[in-house]
Order: sequence, then C-alpha cells, then structure tokens
Amino acid sequence: MKKWYLGLLGILLLLLLAACSGDDDDGSSETDGAEGTSDEVTEGEDGEITLEYWQYSFDSKVNLMDELIQEFEEANPGIKVKQTNFPYDQYNEQVAVQVPAGRGPDVINLFYGWVPTYVDAGYLQPLPQDAFPHEEIESEFFPLVEATKMDGEYWTIPTAVRTLALFYNKDLFEEAGLDPDSPPTTWEELEEYAVKLTKADSNGRLEQSGMAWEPAQQGHQWLRDGLTRQAGGEVLSEDRKEVIWGDDPAGLEAFKYWLSFPTDLGTSEQGFYTDDVTAFVTEKAAMNVDGSFRIGTLQNDAPDLNYAVAPLPGNVEQSTNASFWTNGITAKVEGEKLDAAVKFLQFLTSDEVMERWLDEIGELPAKEAVAMQDKYVNDEIYGPFIESLPYANAHFFVDETKERELVINAANKVLMEGADPEDAFNELVESTQALYDEYWGDK
Amino acid sequence: MEQHSVSQENQGKKTPPIQKKPVKQKFWKKLNFQKYLFVYVCLLLPLIFYLGIRILPTLFTFNVGFREWNLLSTEAQPFVGFDNYVTLFKDEVFIKSIVNTLIYIVLGVTGQLVFGMVVALLLHKINRFVGFFRVIYFIPYVTSIVAISWVFQWILMGNGIINDVLVKLGLPAQPFLNSPDQAIYVIIGAMIWQSIGFQMILFLAGLENIPDSLYEAADIDGASPWQKFWRVTFPLLNPTIVFSAVIGTITFIQVSFTQVVNMSMDGSGGPLNSTISVVVYIYQLAFRQFDMGLASAATVILFLFILGLTIFQMKVLTKKFDY
Amino acid sequence: MKIRKLLPYLLLLLGSVIMLFPFVWMVSTSLKAPIDIFSLDIIPSNPTLDNYLKILEESLFLRWFINSLIVAVITTISVLFFDTLVGYIIAKFRFIGRTFIFFLILSTLMVPTEMLIIPWFMMSSELGWTDTYWAILFPGLMTGFGVFLMRQFMEQIPDDLLNAARIDGMNEFAIFFKIAVPQVWPAISALGIFTFLSNWNAFLWPLIAIESPELRTLPVGLSFFSSGEAESQWHLIMTGATISVVPIILVFILLQRHIIKGITLTGMK
Repeated sequence: MKKWYLGLLGILLLLLLAACSGDDDDGSSETDGAEGTSDEVTEGEDGEITLEYWQYSFDSKVNLMDELIQEFEEANPGIKVKQTNFPYDQYNEQVAVQVPAGRGPDVINLFYGWVPTYVDAGYLQPLPQDAFPHEEIESEFFPLVEATKMDGEYWTIPTAVRTLALFYNKDLFEEAGLDPDSPPTTWEELEEYAVKLTKADSNGRLEQSGMAWEPAQQGHQWLRDGLTRQAGGEVLSEDRKEVIWGDDPAGLEAFKYWLSFPTDLGTSEQGFYTDDVTAFVTEKAAMNVDGSFRIGTLQNDAPDLNYAVAPLPGNVEQSTNASFWTNGITAKVEGEKLDAAVKFLQFLTSDEVMERWLDEIGELPAKEAVAMQDKYVNDEIYGPFIESLPYANAHFFVDETKERELVINAANKVLMEGADPEDAFNELVESTQALYDEYWGDK
Repeated sequence: MEQHSVSQENQGKKTPPIQKKPVKQKFWKKLNFQKYLFVYVCLLLPLIFYLGIRILPTLFTFNVGFREWNLLSTEAQPFVGFDNYVTLFKDEVFIKSIVNTLIYIVLGVTGQLVFGMVVALLLHKINRFVGFFRVIYFIPYVTSIVAISWVFQWILMGNGIINDVLVKLGLPAQPFLNSPDQAIYVIIGAMIWQSIGFQMILFLAGLENIPDSLYEAADIDGASPWQKFWRVTFPLLNPTIVFSAVIGTITFIQVSFTQVVNMSMDGSGGPLNSTISVVVYIYQLAFRQFDMGLASAATVILFLFILGLTIFQMKVLTKKFDY
Repeated sequence: MKIRKLLPYLLLLLGSVIMLFPFVWMVSTSLKAPIDIFSLDIIPSNPTLDNYLKILEESLFLRWFINSLIVAVITTISVLFFDTLVGYIIAKFRFIGRTFIFFLILSTLMVPTEMLIIPWFMMSSELGWTDTYWAILFPGLMTGFGVFLMRQFMEQIPDDLLNAARIDGMNEFAIFFKIAVPQVWPAISALGIFTFLSNWNAFLWPLIAIESPELRTLPVGLSFFSSGEAESQWHLIMTGATISVVPIILVFILLQRHIIKGITLTGMK
C-alpha cells in the first residue's frame, strides 16, 4: 500500500543528493574562483593571490595568454592568474550576469567601444596614476588610446591595436587586367577598380563583387573614421559632446560616396555570399576593407588565397579606423590584489609582450616606438596597417551597438526604402546626437 | 455521471448517492483520504520547484520593471513607478516588436498547425514508407537552428538558388532577407519548416487515438472523405489542436528569438527592425543596453500579451473544457 | 482510383524535397574545404573529412558530447516523471486550488527564459552550484510545457477505468503507473523527444552557468567556433551541427515506431 510513498521519498532523496553532489563538485574542482566573492579568494592559504582574467574567445589570443600567464606567475611568485573565456557574441551577457551575483573578473579585456558604458556604470576603476602616469601613456602610446580616457582618467590600457586597410585579391586583379602591385590609392581609383572587378550576369545579378560592402561588419567604421575624415570632416567635437558629422559638407560627401558602391556603381550588395569576409575568402569579392585581425583567419581558412593589403585609399586627407581590445581593473579590486592586478597589466603592456602579440596574433603594438620598428613597417602584410597607425582614429563610442545600428539603418533606408541620402544622413546625425545627449545628460 | 460523484467526494462534502451501505462508505472515505494524500504529496516537490525556479524569478523581474537598474552597476536600484512602461510605449521599436510578434504568432502558428496536420493526415493515409517519411519530416526539427539559418541565408541571397529558379522562370529576383517587406515572412517560413516535424508527431499521436470504428460507422452512413474529416477527424483532434495552438504560441516567444537572431541580416531583427520580436528586443535592452528596468517592464508586457492570447485561444478553440 | 492512391505519396515526396534540401546542404558543406563552401555541388567535388578531424582533434568534442548526453538524459527522465504525474493529477483529481495551480504552472511558460537567467545565476552562485552539471540541469527539471501536454492527454482517460481499479484495491501510485501512463504513451514519447531535444540544443543558460571548458555542452562548445570578431568558421559550424544531429536521427529511426504508435487504446472511446 505504501509503496508509492517510498517511491516519492526516493526521488526526493535523489534530488537532494544531486544538489549536494553539485556542491561537492564545486568544492573539489574549483577551489578558487567559484567560491563567491573575490575577496575571499584573495585570502588563499599561504597569502597567494589569484587574479581572475577574462577575455573573449579567440584561439590565438587564448593560447598566447596561457603562455604569458605562466611566465608572469614564474616571475611573480605568490600571484596566480586564472584565464576564463567566453564567445565574443555573448561576452557582454556573461559579464553582466555576474554583477548582481557579486562575481566576475578582476582584470578584464574589453572592446574599447564598450568601455564608456562600463565606466558609466561604475564597473571599472581608473588605472592608478603612480603605476601608469598620464605623461608616460601619452608620450609612449599612440594617441588613439585616449578613446578610453574619461573624466581625466585612463580606465584601460591596451597591449595591441588594429587598423583597417584594403584587402585585395591579386588573382582577380590580374584577371581584370589590373596591376596587382599598384592598388588604388584615391577615392576615384577605388571606384574605378571596383567597377572593373565587378561581374554581373545578363539579368544584372552580381556574380563577383568588386568591393565587399557590409555596414554591420567593418563598414560603419570605415565610414566614420575612414571616409568622413578622409573627406576632411569629423564625426565628433573635441569635447565628445557634439556630433559635428553634418556641420561640414564632407560628412554627407563621405556618406554618399560610401553608398555609391551598392547603388550607382553597382559593385556591391549587402549579404553577398552571406558576409564580406566569407565573400573575400571564397574569391567572390575582389576587395574588402578589413582589419589586421583578419590575417590569421585568412592564413588558416584560405592558405592559397593570393591577396595583398594596402592602406585605405584617401581623399583630401589620409585616415583609417583604429580599434583595440583593452585591459581594465574592475571596481571591487583593492589592497594587495590591486597591486597584483597592476603588475599584471604592466606586464601585459611591456614592449616584449607587444612584440609577441604581433608575431602570434597579428595585432599591432600599441606603443609607437615598438610599432614603428623597421622590421614591422617593412613587413609585406603588416606594413600597410602600421603605416596608417599615425593617422588612425578610434571613434569614441557612447554606445557601440546603437551607433552601429544607426549607421546600418541609415544605409538601409537609402538602399531599401529609396530615401534621399541627405535625409537619411541628417537623421543619422540627429539620432546619434540624441544618444550623446542622453549619455552626457546623466553626468 | 460517475466521475462527478467522485469529484464531489474528493471535496469531502457529501456521500455520493450511489453508495448506501456503511461498509462502502467507509471504503470510499478511506479512498478519499488516500487520494488527497496522493495529490498533495505528489504536488509538493513540483510546487516547490515551480515557485523557486520560475515564479519567484518572475516576480523578481516584475519588481525590477518598476525600477531603474543598470545591470553593470552595483548601486541601488531606485523605484521609478511606471516610467519604464511610459518609455516603452513611446518607443517605436518596441511597438514594432509587438506588432511583429503578433504577425509571427498568427502566421507562424497557423502555418505549423495546418502543415503539421496535413502531413500527419497524409501519413495516416498511406501504408508504405510511413517510417521513411516520418523521419524525413522530423529531421528539420532536430537540426541546429544556427547551422540551418546560414544555409537559408545562402539559398536566399541575391544570386542564390531560389533566385536562380525565379530568374529562369522569367520572374524578377527577390531580395528576401534583405528587404524590410519580405524578411519577416521568410523567417516565418523557416520557423514553420522547422516545426512541422513536431506538430506532425503530436497530430499522429492524436490520430492514433481516433478509433477506426468511427470511420467504419461513417462509411456505413455513406459519408464522403471530406465529411469524414469535418465530422470525425477534426472534432476528435480538437484537444490536439488546442494544445498545438497554445503551445505553438507560447514556444514561439522562445523560437522567435533564436531564429530571428540567426536569420536577420544584422543579427538583431533587421533590416530596419522589420523582423524584431519582443524577445529579441528584451534581450537587447537587458544585455546590450544593460537596462534591466526597461527589459523587465517589456517582459511584463509580453507576459500579459501571451496570457491574454492563451486565454483567448482556450476560450475560442475549446468546446468542452471548463475553466 | 490509382491516382488517388498515389497522390498522398506524391505530395509527401514533394514536401520531402523541401524538408530535406537545407539539411542535405548542411551535411554537404561539412564535407567541403573552406574555399569550396559556396560551390554549387551537392556532392562535394573534393570531399574532405578535414573539418571532422579538426573538430575532433582540436576541441574537447567527445567530452562535450557526453556532457550534453548526461544533461539531456537526466532532465528528460525528471521531466517525464514529474510532468506526467502533475498533468495526471491536474486532469483527473478535483481538489482545492486545482485550476490555480494549473494556470500558475502554465504561466511559467510565458516569461522568456532569457530574463530568468539573472535570478538563476544569483541563485546558483549563492548556493555554490556554478560550474557544475547541476547548475546546467536544475532550471529544466520540470516544465510547464510537459504538464500542459500531459494534462491534455490525461483528460481523455475515462474516470470509470480509474475507479474500477480503485475498487479492485489498487493504490493510487499503481493506478497512475499501470492504468494511466499506458493510455497516454504516445504523448509521453512526444514529450520525451521534445524535452531531450530542447536540452540537447539549449544554449544560453548552459553557456552562462559553465566556466570550465570540460563542462561545456555541445552547443556551447560549438559556439566557440563562430566566435571571434564576427568571423564565423561556417565549415566547422556545419560539421559540428551534423555530428550533433546524426545520433538523434539514428535514435529516432530506431524508436519511431514505438514513439508514434505507442500502446494502442482498446475500446476506450
């Protein structure tokens, strides 16, 4: 009669057991890190400090970081660093979820465009000035690292930076009767080349794109820091409060030029072979504006692709976009742990690590003296990226996701809804300004 | 009638009219006690679970909807009343996402019900290769959405296979996912494609439960196949249809997230927000803007929206259920 | 007459092409080198197993596979037991709070799980569950979906049948297992498939709950291939998706007869 009581009791027990064994697992496999707040972790057995370091998952970066951590630990007994990785697409989610639970990294690697949002929320603490004096940063690093200087403080410091340049397929150049050793250098030449490199079928459908064009990828960066500045314009005012994109006719000129590829010139199409990188790798697109971080992918996925890189074609000015992943210390870190975190950051921004970062990952040294060495400037692949570093700009984002979306929407309004480019551009400027007003309004 | 007497007993009110002898009464009383014990003992653990894992977190979210909370910040979360709701209703994108969600549900759920039922009926009609077809129609349901979305993007691109066919037929090439007017329907199509397999299984299970004797009786009455469907099959499938419609609606709020994120051209409901669903928007608010207050308020609105829809469906579609 | 008999086959065949094409393409892409992924051959001109070798060698694929299996099997068993039981009770017993409890459970389906992640994470962090199998498992041990499904099917069981068993002196638990469960076997199979698959494919929560690479589930592990700055290794994603779907299709082929036919109802209606 009472069999079913027993059955239920059994299941209850099983559940409890599962819960407990969960606890046990936790205790044994993750003695550190998993145990609640980081302060507890600091009090390791023999005064050992464990730093939680997070970066997004990018194979070569993860591997190099493992090596670097090992060296750092050997050089600094008493400090341990634990690296954790999450996919790029869900990186922000992962960080955010930890906050209400009072967990998360001590040293975090963030995309520079996200930093203002993080600083605004009080997630990071400013870099201690005694360890990272402002004069030193400003004299040694490329000025673009100022993109994460806010309220008179540097909040993060990068090991490496990246610039955009023009990738082009040499075989397709030859096929189209173009000289693979003289890539386009001006806006006019870029148009001309793109047209020559485009193939369409009898119905006007694109078969080969002369110029890959994807606003959601690097396209929006190319427009802001590349084309606009090349035309002599500027997106943001000095104090980062006003969007002056539309004040100078150069802004609209750049926007129209950018849109001429998928419209008047007919050399490009959004979503052509799903995305620009795939189109370029599979030789369906002859040229693409992309970053130095792509070189590793190309080497892996398409070792036979015969391509070269050139600085972005310019107009009245030269300019390109720079961006970087950068390291910061989270707000709750203090005391000995803070000292350890500072040591770790100093190690990550040392000249030697910067050189290795370029060799292993392909990102450019953030310090001018390291980057501008002859061996790098003359490098066939990295040369063009490094060459453009001195005039590169990293746009200050108050909200990277939204600002990108606004550019995409402006483009789509013209491309899909037949809006007038000037109206679309003005709307873009206005809505971007609204974002900045909201951001600064809180201050 | 018998079942009603039992239920009355369960409420412990009156002795049922059928039982007269005291011995029997004792027997039913004991049974009654046993039933109660069974009900509450069995519900104990599930109730604790649902309260702890689902209801409390939901109430937590409802509470946050009245607060301002930057997810990255550890500062206090001030109470702001209905500010978040006001902001949302002034937000064009949010309104758009609600309208889109309605389109997703109406077309998507109807589509999967119709196709799922048609496939199940066809499978029920044939004698050979039944297993073979079942497996084929089931395959999309088990396939990774991420992987298959890419295949769809590729098939549907400007110079993709579908456009090749269109052009060969002398029709103009279509932009599909690149068009704010077409993208949402393409995504709905993919959702239906993927869910036919599951609906098919539900309907097959429903069809199995219809006894052959009813069809035989209908045959004797000289009913046409069409009459048989409307008089026998359809009414008896009613529980399955209600279930499929309600569950299709409810799971659509989840499905619309994965499909939209993977198939829309910018990964967030584009182009021009034409494919954005409420869940995608909630996700962006919470984990891209880190605005938990707004995201939670949007969750409450979505909750009420789905709740209303579910009650409506149950009332309209159900004939014999009583609530 | 002949055409009428053939028509269902023709329609089903036509539908099969639509159903299968994207899937076949996925498998075909997994056998292509990156440079060939856009070639129009359904049968790859230079088929290669490189992608498979790469996934198996360069990742903890087998470990992830086992993790997914453990998680999916345990949750499925738990869901089948509890949801069937609760569905049965709600459908076949009259007691105080019945409708309320049913709607309470149903309402849990109306909140997107994306929004429950934060409370769940706080909970598992507080209780020390993070980075364990249990952390991945616990939110899915019971589902409103299953309760709803089972209630719908249990309602169709005639009360006479249950009462007859009671008069015969069967206890409630035996009635549930021996009388009620066999009646709704097809529904239980459907629930089993649904639960197993949704756990097998679950992505966001397992990603958040787990830090160690060794504890990742298959979809979480595979997502690391598409990561990098919007650079997706489609050939590897296709390969991973193919490997993770094949065992499920095999199991379905083996079990499908039982899944759909179940135990036939005899003279119930």
